[in-house]
Amino acid sequence: MENNKERFKMLDTVYMLMIILPIVCGIIIKILTTPQSDDIAISGARIFFTLKLPIQDLPITESQINSWLVMISIIGLCLFLTHGIKEKADTKRQHVAEWIVENTEKLVNGNMGEYFSGFAPFIAAILALSAFSSLMALFGLYAPTSDVNVTAGWAILVFFLITYYKMKCGPVVYAKSFADPVLLAPLNIISEIATPISMAFRHYGNVLSGSVISVLLASGLQGLSAIILGKLPGFLGEFPLFQIGIPAVLSIYFDVFSGVLQAYIFAMLTMLYVAGGFPADEYFRRKAVKNN
Amino acid sequence: MLELAIGIILGSCALGAGVAMIAGIGPGIGEGNAVAKACEAIGRQPECKGNVTTTMLMGCAVAETTGLYALVIAILLIFVAPGRLVNILMDTIK
Repeated sequence: MENNKERFKMLDTVYMLMIILPIVCGIIIKILTTPQSDDIAISGARIFFTLKLPIQDLPITESQINSWLVMISIIGLCLFLTHGIKEKADTKRQHVAEWIVENTEKLVNGNMGEYFSGFAPFIAAILALSAFSSLMALFGLYAPTSDVNVTAGWAILVFFLITYYKMKCGPVVYAKSFADPVLLAPLNIISEIATPISMAFRHYGNVLSGSVISVLLASGLQGLSAIILGKLPGFLGEFPLFQIGIPAVLSIYFDVFSGVLQAYIFAMLTMLYVAGGFPADEYFRRKAVKNN
Repeated sequence: MLELAIGIILGSCALGAGVAMIAGIGPGIGEGNAVAKACEAIGRQPECKGNVTTTMLMGCAVAETTGLYALVIAILLIFVAPGRLVNILMDTIK
């Protein structure tokens, strides 16, 4: 019995380290690789090294490393929340885990219908990955979602899902869905291609614009405090008076609110597109015919 | 002469980025309308507040898309285009 308790506590510590260590690692990598400079610069993801592959070289960038760190962190969080789970909830973490699962299932069932209830884990994964990626900016790390390649990858995945569910009744029904009014077929095809592009750009643009505006505001405030306090001698002349507090307000909006909202919108659009593209009436009619 | 050409390229890129962001007007007006109507709806039926708010946020996000396209183009014009165009210029001179 005593042995079991110790084992439980040890595993808990391991999971907690799994949550915290990736973020610490990210901060250390960031400190080690950022070249020293005085002025504030707006730059894309830093390329650490390039893998030599036969078809095309694969550059390993900051956004890839950070998204892997986020993934490890989320796995740690999941293991921590579900550790020591019982049939009857009696710990706080089990209540939190059940709350998350129940709410995601409610969201998916409400928006996609009963047929798609198996989508809940996928939607929860997208929500968690996207939200935590955007929240990386709170630690001063490069948010993976402000790289268009990351969001484009997710959007292409969603596009494949949409096409798969549209194809459920065979290619003929799929082709027919474009030619609803026959004259509008070209427009329908364009809007089909525009779906992943707009999803990728929406998420990326929101997060990136937030970080660009934050950097611009920080440099502006630096200039302002240099103008007002610059004449004072010594330490007082370099005191960052206006940089205290004001950027934090913007950070709450851009990093926390906007990041989480974009995650929600990405997941919501995924659900709406996948459920909307699925020809439910036709599919269930055919299934009924087959069964009879 | 080369300096002048590069100067024209950089200036045009900056101007183009500024002009592209005029597109920000559209989403601004659209989202303003959406929020105004949502406020009206909540005023009329306060019990629907949750549903109205989520629907409004979704609509706002979709309406924002055109503005974000403009933002992406402006960012490309500022950070990517000058280097590319100067490279093309250098290649043609050679």
